[in-house]
Amino acid sequence: MANTIDARGRSCPEPVIMTKNAIDSGYNDFEVLVDAKVAVENIKRFATNQGFNVTVEENDGEFTLNIRK
Amino acid sequence: MSNEKWKILGSGAVLGILAALLVKFGNPVNMGICVACFYRDITGALGLHRAAAVQYIRPEIIGFILGSFIFAKAKGEFRARGGSAPILRFVFGFFMMIGALMFLGCPLRMILRLANGDLNALVGLVGYIAGILVGTQFLKRGFTLGRNTKQPTASGYVMPAIAVVLLILLVTAPSFIFFSTEGPGSKTAPIIISLAAGLIVGLMLQRTRFCTAGGFRDVFLIKDFHFLWGIIGVFVFALIGNLIFNPSTFKIGFADQPVAHSDHVWNFLGMALVGITAVLLGGCPLRQTILAGEGDTDAAVTILGLITGAAFAHNFGLASSAAGTTVNGRIAVIIGFVVVLGIATSIVISANKNKNKAAVKEGGQVNG
Repeated sequence: MANTIDARGRSCPEPVIMTKNAIDSGYNDFEVLVDAKVAVENIKRFATNQGFNVTVEENDGEFTLNIRK
Repeated sequence: MSNEKWKILGSGAVLGILAALLVKFGNPVNMGICVACFYRDITGALGLHRAAAVQYIRPEIIGFILGSFIFAKAKGEFRARGGSAPILRFVFGFFMMIGALMFLGCPLRMILRLANGDLNALVGLVGYIAGILVGTQFLKRGFTLGRNTKQPTASGYVMPAIAVVLLILLVTAPSFIFFSTEGPGSKTAPIIISLAAGLIVGLMLQRTRFCTAGGFRDVFLIKDFHFLWGIIGVFVFALIGNLIFNPSTFKIGFADQPVAHSDHVWNFLGMALVGITAVLLGGCPLRQTILAGEGDTDAAVTILGLITGAAFAHNFGLASSAAGTTVNGRIAVIIGFVVVLGIATSIVISANKNKNKAAVKEGGQVNG
Protein backbone atom coordinates (compact mmCIF):
# COMPACT_ATOMS: atom_id res chain seq x y z
CA MET A 1 0.00 0.00 0.00
CA ALA A 2 1.29 3.43 -0.89
CA ASN A 3 2.12 5.86 1.89
CA THR A 4 -0.44 8.61 2.11
CA ILE A 5 -0.12 12.10 3.52
CA ASP A 6 -3.38 13.79 4.39
CA ALA A 7 -2.88 17.52 3.84
CA ARG A 8 -6.56 18.35 3.37
CA GLY A 9 -7.62 21.60 4.98
CA ARG A 10 -4.04 22.72 5.60
CA SER A 11 -3.32 26.30 4.69
CA CYS A 12 -0.46 27.34 2.45
CA PRO A 13 2.43 26.33 2.65
CA GLU A 14 1.85 23.38 5.00
CA PRO A 15 0.97 20.82 2.27
CA VAL A 16 4.28 21.61 0.56
CA ILE A 17 6.21 21.26 3.83
CA MET A 18 4.54 17.90 4.50
CA THR A 19 5.54 16.78 1.00
CA LYS A 20 9.07 18.04 1.51
CA ASN A 21 9.36 16.22 4.83
CA ALA A 22 8.26 12.98 3.18
CA ILE A 23 10.82 13.37 0.40
CA ASP A 24 13.52 14.29 2.92
CA SER A 25 12.73 11.14 4.92
CA GLY A 26 13.41 9.06 1.83
CA TYR A 27 9.94 8.33 0.49
CA ASN A 28 9.96 8.15 -3.31
CA ASP A 29 6.50 6.74 -3.99
CA PHE A 30 3.65 8.25 -2.06
CA GLU A 31 0.31 10.03 -2.26
CA VAL A 32 -0.74 13.41 -0.98
CA LEU A 33 -4.39 14.26 -0.39
CA VAL A 34 -5.35 17.93 -0.65
CA ASP A 35 -8.57 19.86 -1.15
CA ALA A 36 -7.38 23.13 -2.68
CA LYS A 37 -6.22 23.82 -6.21
CA VAL A 38 -3.45 26.09 -4.93
CA ALA A 39 -1.99 23.21 -2.89
CA VAL A 40 -2.05 21.00 -6.00
CA GLU A 41 -0.13 23.61 -7.98
CA ASN A 42 2.42 24.26 -5.23
CA ILE A 43 3.12 20.59 -4.51
CA LYS A 44 3.31 19.77 -8.20
CA ARG A 45 5.79 22.57 -8.84
CA PHE A 46 7.88 21.61 -5.83
CA ALA A 47 7.96 17.84 -6.47
CA THR A 48 8.60 18.29 -10.20
CA ASN A 49 11.54 20.57 -9.41
CA GLN A 50 12.86 17.82 -7.13
CA GLY A 51 12.81 15.37 -10.06
CA PHE A 52 9.61 13.52 -9.22
CA ASN A 53 6.76 12.58 -11.52
CA VAL A 54 3.43 13.91 -10.33
CA THR A 55 0.01 12.78 -11.48
CA VAL A 56 -3.19 14.28 -10.13
CA GLU A 57 -6.62 12.68 -9.74
CA GLU A 58 -9.61 14.81 -8.88
CA ASN A 59 -12.56 13.40 -7.04
CA ASP A 60 -15.39 15.64 -5.87
CA GLY A 61 -13.30 18.67 -4.97
CA GLU A 62 -10.48 16.63 -3.46
CA PHE A 63 -7.24 15.82 -5.16
CA THR A 64 -4.87 12.89 -4.89
CA LEU A 65 -1.34 13.56 -6.04
CA ASN A 66 0.74 10.51 -6.87
CA ILE A 67 4.36 11.40 -6.42
CA ARG A 68 7.07 9.01 -7.54
CA LYS A 69 10.62 9.02 -8.85
CA MET B 1 11.67 30.68 -18.85
CA SER B 2 8.67 28.47 -18.27
CA ASN B 3 5.11 29.50 -18.99
CA GLU B 4 4.37 29.57 -15.25
CA LYS B 5 7.20 31.97 -14.60
CA TRP B 6 5.99 34.36 -17.31
CA LYS B 7 2.52 34.30 -15.83
CA ILE B 8 3.62 35.25 -12.33
CA LEU B 9 6.09 37.82 -13.67
CA GLY B 10 3.29 39.19 -15.86
CA SER B 11 0.86 39.50 -12.96
CA GLY B 12 3.51 41.37 -10.98
CA ALA B 13 4.09 43.62 -13.99
CA VAL B 14 0.37 44.44 -14.35
CA LEU B 15 0.20 45.14 -10.61
CA GLY B 16 3.17 47.52 -10.86
CA ILE B 17 1.82 49.37 -13.89
CA LEU B 18 -1.68 49.67 -12.40
CA ALA B 19 -0.23 51.06 -9.17
CA ALA B 20 1.65 53.74 -11.12
CA LEU B 21 -1.49 54.55 -13.12
CA LEU B 22 -3.60 54.86 -9.97
CA VAL B 23 -1.16 57.48 -8.68
CA LYS B 24 -1.42 59.25 -12.03
CA PHE B 25 -5.21 59.28 -11.69
CA GLY B 26 -5.21 60.64 -8.15
CA ASN B 27 -4.16 58.11 -5.49
CA PRO B 28 -1.48 59.33 -3.03
CA VAL B 29 2.11 59.23 -4.31
CA ASN B 30 3.79 55.86 -3.68
CA MET B 31 0.38 54.56 -2.64
CA GLY B 32 -1.16 53.47 -5.93
CA ILE B 33 -2.07 50.33 -4.04
CA CYS B 34 -1.53 49.72 -0.33
CA VAL B 35 -3.68 46.98 1.09
CA ALA B 36 -3.05 47.88 4.75
CA CYS B 37 -3.54 51.63 4.19
CA PHE B 38 -6.70 51.01 2.17
CA TYR B 39 -8.25 48.89 4.91
CA ARG B 40 -7.24 51.63 7.33
CA ASP B 41 -9.02 54.20 5.12
CA ILE B 42 -12.15 52.02 4.97
CA THR B 43 -12.04 51.63 8.76
CA GLY B 44 -11.97 55.42 9.02
CA ALA B 45 -14.75 55.92 6.49
CA LEU B 46 -16.96 53.72 8.66
CA GLY B 47 -16.11 55.88 11.65
CA LEU B 48 -14.31 53.10 13.49
CA HIS B 49 -11.45 55.54 13.85
CA ARG B 50 -11.65 59.31 13.55
CA ALA B 51 -8.31 60.25 11.98
CA ALA B 52 -9.77 62.79 9.54
CA ALA B 53 -6.90 62.49 7.03
CA VAL B 54 -7.34 58.78 6.33
CA GLN B 55 -11.03 58.09 5.70
CA TYR B 56 -12.25 56.76 2.36
CA ILE B 57 -13.93 53.62 1.06
CA ARG B 58 -11.17 52.45 -1.27
CA PRO B 59 -12.74 50.83 -4.34
CA GLU B 60 -9.53 48.90 -5.01
CA ILE B 61 -10.20 46.64 -2.01
CA ILE B 62 -13.78 46.07 -3.17
CA GLY B 63 -12.37 45.13 -6.58
CA PHE B 64 -9.81 42.70 -5.11
CA ILE B 65 -12.51 40.81 -3.22
CA LEU B 66 -15.10 40.80 -6.00
CA GLY B 67 -12.56 40.05 -8.75
CA SER B 68 -11.33 37.04 -6.81
CA PHE B 69 -14.91 36.01 -6.00
CA ILE B 70 -16.05 36.20 -9.64
CA PHE B 71 -13.11 34.25 -11.00
CA ALA B 72 -13.17 31.63 -8.25
CA LYS B 73 -16.89 31.15 -8.96
CA ALA B 74 -16.30 30.86 -12.70
CA LYS B 75 -13.51 28.34 -12.20
CA GLY B 76 -15.36 26.28 -9.62
CA GLU B 77 -12.78 27.15 -6.97
CA PHE B 78 -15.12 29.03 -4.68
CA ARG B 79 -15.39 26.95 -1.52
CA ALA B 80 -16.71 28.09 1.84
CA ARG B 81 -14.09 26.88 4.30
CA GLY B 82 -12.77 27.88 7.70
CA GLY B 83 -12.32 26.93 11.30
CA SER B 84 -8.53 26.91 11.30
CA ALA B 85 -7.82 28.77 14.56
CA PRO B 86 -9.93 31.84 13.68
CA ILE B 87 -9.24 33.76 16.89
CA LEU B 88 -5.48 33.35 16.47
CA ARG B 89 -5.79 34.54 12.89
CA PHE B 90 -7.69 37.56 14.18
CA VAL B 91 -4.87 38.32 16.64
CA PHE B 92 -2.17 37.86 13.98
CA GLY B 93 -4.15 40.05 11.58
CA PHE B 94 -4.47 42.70 14.28
CA PHE B 95 -0.72 42.86 14.89
CA MET B 96 0.02 42.61 11.18
CA MET B 97 -1.78 45.93 10.85
CA ILE B 98 0.02 47.41 13.86
CA GLY B 99 3.35 46.52 12.21
CA ALA B 100 2.24 47.84 8.82
CA LEU B 101 1.11 51.18 10.27
CA MET B 102 4.40 51.51 12.16
CA PHE B 103 6.18 51.30 8.80
CA LEU B 104 3.33 52.97 6.88
CA GLY B 105 2.45 50.39 4.31
CA CYS B 106 1.77 46.77 3.53
CA PRO B 107 4.51 44.73 1.83
CA LEU B 108 3.11 45.68 -1.58
CA ARG B 109 3.36 49.38 -0.83
CA MET B 110 6.88 48.73 0.45
CA ILE B 111 7.84 47.42 -3.01
CA LEU B 112 6.05 50.36 -4.67
CA ARG B 113 7.83 52.85 -2.39
CA LEU B 114 11.14 51.24 -3.23
CA ALA B 115 10.33 51.41 -6.93
CA ASN B 116 9.92 55.17 -6.62
CA GLY B 117 13.22 55.72 -4.84
CA ASP B 118 12.10 55.68 -1.18
CA LEU B 119 15.09 54.08 0.55
CA ASN B 120 13.22 53.83 3.87
CA ALA B 121 11.39 50.99 2.16
CA LEU B 122 14.73 49.22 1.74
CA VAL B 123 15.05 49.19 5.53
CA GLY B 124 11.49 47.90 5.69
CA LEU B 125 12.33 45.20 3.14
CA VAL B 126 15.25 43.96 5.22
CA GLY B 127 12.93 43.84 8.24
CA TYR B 128 10.25 42.04 6.22
CA ILE B 129 12.73 39.40 5.05
CA ALA B 130 14.06 39.00 8.61
CA GLY B 131 10.48 38.49 9.84
CA ILE B 132 9.83 35.94 7.10
CA LEU B 133 13.01 34.06 8.09
CA VAL B 134 11.79 33.90 11.69
CA GLY B 135 8.30 32.79 10.60
CA THR B 136 9.83 30.13 8.34
CA GLN B 137 11.75 28.69 11.30
CA PHE B 138 8.44 28.18 13.12
CA LEU B 139 6.98 26.45 10.06
CA LYS B 140 10.00 24.15 9.82
CA ARG B 141 9.51 23.22 13.46
CA GLY B 142 5.93 22.19 12.96
CA PHE B 143 3.92 25.39 13.42
CA THR B 144 0.35 24.97 12.20
CA LEU B 145 -2.99 26.68 12.71
CA GLY B 146 -4.73 23.36 12.07
CA ARG B 147 -7.01 22.17 9.34
CA ASN B 148 -9.86 24.15 7.93
CA THR B 149 -13.11 22.36 7.19
CA LYS B 150 -16.06 22.91 4.92
CA GLN B 151 -18.37 25.67 6.17
CA PRO B 152 -21.97 26.50 5.29
CA THR B 153 -21.92 28.08 1.82
CA ALA B 154 -23.42 31.29 3.20
CA SER B 155 -20.29 31.97 5.26
CA GLY B 156 -18.21 32.17 2.08
CA TYR B 157 -20.48 34.90 0.76
CA VAL B 158 -20.06 37.18 3.78
CA MET B 159 -16.92 38.97 2.59
CA PRO B 160 -18.10 39.42 -1.03
CA ALA B 161 -21.40 40.73 0.40
CA ILE B 162 -19.54 43.20 2.61
CA ALA B 163 -17.65 44.34 -0.50
CA VAL B 164 -20.94 44.99 -2.30
CA VAL B 165 -22.32 46.91 0.70
CA LEU B 166 -19.14 49.02 0.81
CA LEU B 167 -19.55 49.77 -2.90
CA ILE B 168 -23.13 50.93 -2.32
CA LEU B 169 -22.02 53.12 0.60
CA LEU B 170 -19.24 54.57 -1.55
CA VAL B 171 -21.50 55.43 -4.47
CA THR B 172 -24.43 56.72 -2.43
CA ALA B 173 -22.13 58.48 0.09
CA PRO B 174 -24.63 58.77 2.97
CA SER B 175 -23.80 61.45 5.53
CA PHE B 176 -22.75 58.94 8.21
CA ILE B 177 -19.80 57.79 6.08
CA PHE B 178 -16.62 59.82 6.56
CA PHE B 179 -14.66 61.02 3.54
CA SER B 180 -11.38 62.86 4.06
CA THR B 181 -11.24 66.35 2.67
CA GLU B 182 -7.48 66.61 3.09
CA GLY B 183 -4.54 64.24 3.59
CA PRO B 184 -3.93 60.86 1.95
CA GLY B 185 -7.60 59.85 2.33
CA SER B 186 -8.66 62.73 0.08
CA LYS B 187 -6.30 61.72 -2.72
CA THR B 188 -8.27 59.28 -4.79
CA ALA B 189 -8.47 58.09 -8.36
CA PRO B 190 -11.98 58.16 -9.87
CA ILE B 191 -14.13 55.37 -8.44
CA ILE B 192 -14.59 53.60 -11.76
CA ILE B 193 -10.85 53.50 -12.45
CA SER B 194 -9.99 52.31 -8.93
CA LEU B 195 -12.69 49.67 -9.06
CA ALA B 196 -11.63 48.45 -12.50
CA ALA B 197 -7.99 48.24 -11.40
CA GLY B 198 -9.04 46.36 -8.27
CA LEU B 199 -11.14 43.91 -10.29
CA ILE B 200 -8.27 43.24 -12.71
CA VAL B 201 -5.90 42.62 -9.80
CA GLY B 202 -8.45 40.42 -8.03
CA LEU B 203 -9.08 38.29 -11.11
CA MET B 204 -5.40 38.01 -11.91
CA LEU B 205 -4.16 37.19 -8.43
CA GLN B 206 -6.88 34.62 -7.87
CA ARG B 207 -5.31 32.80 -10.81
CA THR B 208 -1.62 33.29 -10.05
CA ARG B 209 -1.82 33.11 -6.19
CA PHE B 210 0.71 35.97 -6.03
CA CYS B 211 1.82 36.69 -2.47
CA THR B 212 4.59 38.99 -1.29
CA ALA B 213 5.32 36.80 1.74
CA GLY B 214 5.25 33.60 -0.32
CA GLY B 215 7.87 35.10 -2.64
CA PHE B 216 10.55 35.22 0.03
CA ARG B 217 9.26 32.37 2.19
CA ASP B 218 9.46 29.79 -0.60
CA VAL B 219 13.05 30.77 -1.36
CA PHE B 220 14.04 30.01 2.24
CA LEU B 221 11.75 27.05 2.76
CA ILE B 222 11.94 25.08 -0.47
CA LYS B 223 14.37 27.07 -2.67
CA ASP B 224 11.54 27.92 -5.04
CA PHE B 225 11.83 31.29 -6.79
CA HIS B 226 8.41 31.18 -8.46
CA PHE B 227 6.63 33.90 -6.47
CA LEU B 228 9.78 35.98 -6.16
CA TRP B 229 9.50 36.57 -9.91
CA GLY B 230 6.13 38.20 -9.23
CA ILE B 231 7.69 40.58 -6.72
CA ILE B 232 10.47 41.41 -9.19
CA GLY B 233 7.76 42.09 -11.78
CA VAL B 234 6.02 44.54 -9.45
CA PHE B 235 9.25 46.36 -8.67
CA VAL B 236 10.52 46.68 -12.25
CA PHE B 237 7.20 47.68 -13.77
CA ALA B 238 6.21 50.06 -10.97
CA LEU B 239 9.58 51.73 -11.56
CA ILE B 240 8.99 51.92 -15.32
CA GLY B 241 5.37 52.99 -14.76
CA ASN B 242 6.39 55.76 -12.36
CA LEU B 243 9.07 57.04 -14.73
CA ILE B 244 6.51 57.19 -17.56
CA PHE B 245 3.40 58.40 -15.72
CA ASN B 246 4.69 60.18 -12.60
CA PRO B 247 8.26 61.27 -13.40
CA SER B 248 8.09 64.32 -11.10
CA THR B 249 7.50 62.11 -8.05
CA PHE B 250 10.57 59.92 -8.56
CA LYS B 251 13.19 60.73 -5.96
CA ILE B 252 15.95 58.54 -4.55
CA GLY B 253 16.71 59.05 -0.86
CA PHE B 254 15.51 58.76 2.72
CA ALA B 255 14.31 62.29 3.44
CA ASP B 256 10.96 63.85 2.51
CA GLN B 257 9.41 60.77 0.97
CA PRO B 258 5.62 60.87 0.72
CA VAL B 259 3.69 59.27 3.61
CA ALA B 260 6.88 57.83 5.10
CA HIS B 261 9.33 58.44 7.93
CA SER B 262 13.01 57.68 8.42
CA ASP B 263 12.98 56.01 11.84
CA HIS B 264 15.08 53.06 10.64
CA VAL B 265 14.81 50.85 13.72
CA TRP B 266 11.03 51.03 13.72
CA ASN B 267 10.71 50.71 9.95
CA PHE B 268 12.69 47.51 10.32
CA LEU B 269 10.75 46.21 13.32
CA GLY B 270 7.34 47.17 11.94
CA MET B 271 7.90 45.21 8.75
CA ALA B 272 9.54 42.34 10.65
CA LEU B 273 6.27 41.96 12.58
CA VAL B 274 4.36 41.99 9.29
CA GLY B 275 6.75 39.36 7.88
CA ILE B 276 6.34 36.97 10.81
CA THR B 277 2.56 37.25 10.90
CA ALA B 278 2.29 36.95 7.09
CA VAL B 279 4.21 33.66 7.14
CA LEU B 280 2.26 32.28 10.11
CA LEU B 281 -1.03 33.26 8.45
CA GLY B 282 0.01 31.82 5.10
CA GLY B 283 -0.18 35.10 3.22
CA CYS B 284 0.34 38.85 3.17
CA PRO B 285 -2.65 41.27 3.44
CA LEU B 286 -3.12 41.20 -0.34
CA ARG B 287 -3.24 37.40 -0.46
CA GLN B 288 -5.63 37.30 2.53
CA THR B 289 -7.96 39.61 0.62
CA ILE B 290 -7.93 37.39 -2.47
CA LEU B 291 -8.52 34.28 -0.32
CA ALA B 292 -11.45 35.96 1.43
CA GLY B 293 -13.05 36.46 -1.99
CA GLU B 294 -12.71 32.72 -2.72
CA GLY B 295 -14.75 31.75 0.34
CA ASP B 296 -11.90 31.35 2.83
CA THR B 297 -13.55 32.53 6.05
CA ASP B 298 -10.25 32.25 7.96
CA ALA B 299 -8.86 34.93 5.65
CA ALA B 300 -12.06 36.92 6.25
CA VAL B 301 -11.44 36.75 10.01
CA THR B 302 -7.84 37.86 9.39
CA ILE B 303 -9.21 40.90 7.56
CA LEU B 304 -11.48 41.69 10.51
CA GLY B 305 -8.28 41.56 12.59
CA LEU B 306 -6.58 43.99 10.18
CA ILE B 307 -9.55 46.37 10.39
CA THR B 308 -9.66 46.19 14.19
CA GLY B 309 -5.90 46.78 14.26
CA ALA B 310 -6.35 49.86 12.08
CA ALA B 311 -9.08 51.20 14.37
CA PHE B 312 -6.90 50.71 17.45
CA ALA B 313 -3.87 52.17 15.68
CA HIS B 314 -5.60 55.47 15.02
CA ASN B 315 -7.76 55.62 18.14
CA PHE B 316 -4.77 55.14 20.45
CA GLY B 317 -2.11 56.99 18.49
CA LEU B 318 -0.16 53.91 17.47
CA ALA B 319 0.14 54.68 13.76
CA SER B 320 3.17 56.51 12.47
CA SER B 321 2.92 59.50 10.18
CA ALA B 322 5.28 61.55 8.04
CA ALA B 323 6.23 63.24 11.34
CA GLY B 324 7.61 59.94 12.64
CA THR B 325 6.73 57.09 14.96
CA THR B 326 4.94 57.36 18.31
CA VAL B 327 5.83 55.96 21.73
CA ASN B 328 2.47 54.21 21.89
CA GLY B 329 3.13 52.67 18.49
CA ARG B 330 6.53 51.35 19.57
CA ILE B 331 5.02 49.78 22.68
CA ALA B 332 2.28 48.21 20.56
CA VAL B 333 4.83 46.71 18.15
CA ILE B 334 6.80 45.23 21.07
CA ILE B 335 3.59 43.79 22.53
CA GLY B 336 2.91 42.40 19.05
CA PHE B 337 6.25 40.57 18.98
CA VAL B 338 5.69 39.14 22.47
CA VAL B 339 2.15 37.96 21.70
CA VAL B 340 2.86 36.58 18.21
CA LEU B 341 6.11 34.83 19.15
CA GLY B 342 4.52 33.52 22.35
CA ILE B 343 1.58 32.00 20.48
CA ALA B 344 3.82 30.55 17.76
CA THR B 345 6.20 29.02 20.31
CA SER B 346 3.39 27.44 22.28
CA ILE B 347 1.98 25.89 19.08
CA VAL B 348 5.38 24.49 18.09
CA ILE B 349 5.88 23.01 21.56
CA SER B 350 2.51 21.28 21.58
CA ALA B 351 2.92 20.12 17.95
CA ASN B 352 6.19 18.40 18.87
CA LYS B 353 4.63 16.83 21.96
CA ASN B 354 1.89 15.34 19.80
CA LYS B 355 4.44 14.16 17.27
CA ASN B 356 6.36 12.29 19.99
CA LYS B 357 3.15 10.74 21.22
CA ALA B 358 2.30 9.64 17.67
CA ALA B 359 5.82 8.25 17.25
CA VAL B 360 5.46 6.13 20.38
CA LYS B 361 2.06 4.89 19.19
CA GLU B 362 3.35 3.89 15.77
CA GLY B 363 6.44 2.24 17.17
CA GLY B 364 8.83 4.87 15.91
CA GLN B 365 7.28 5.35 12.47
CA VAL B 366 6.43 8.93 11.78
CA ASN B 367 4.76 9.43 8.47
CA GLY B 368 5.16 12.74 6.68
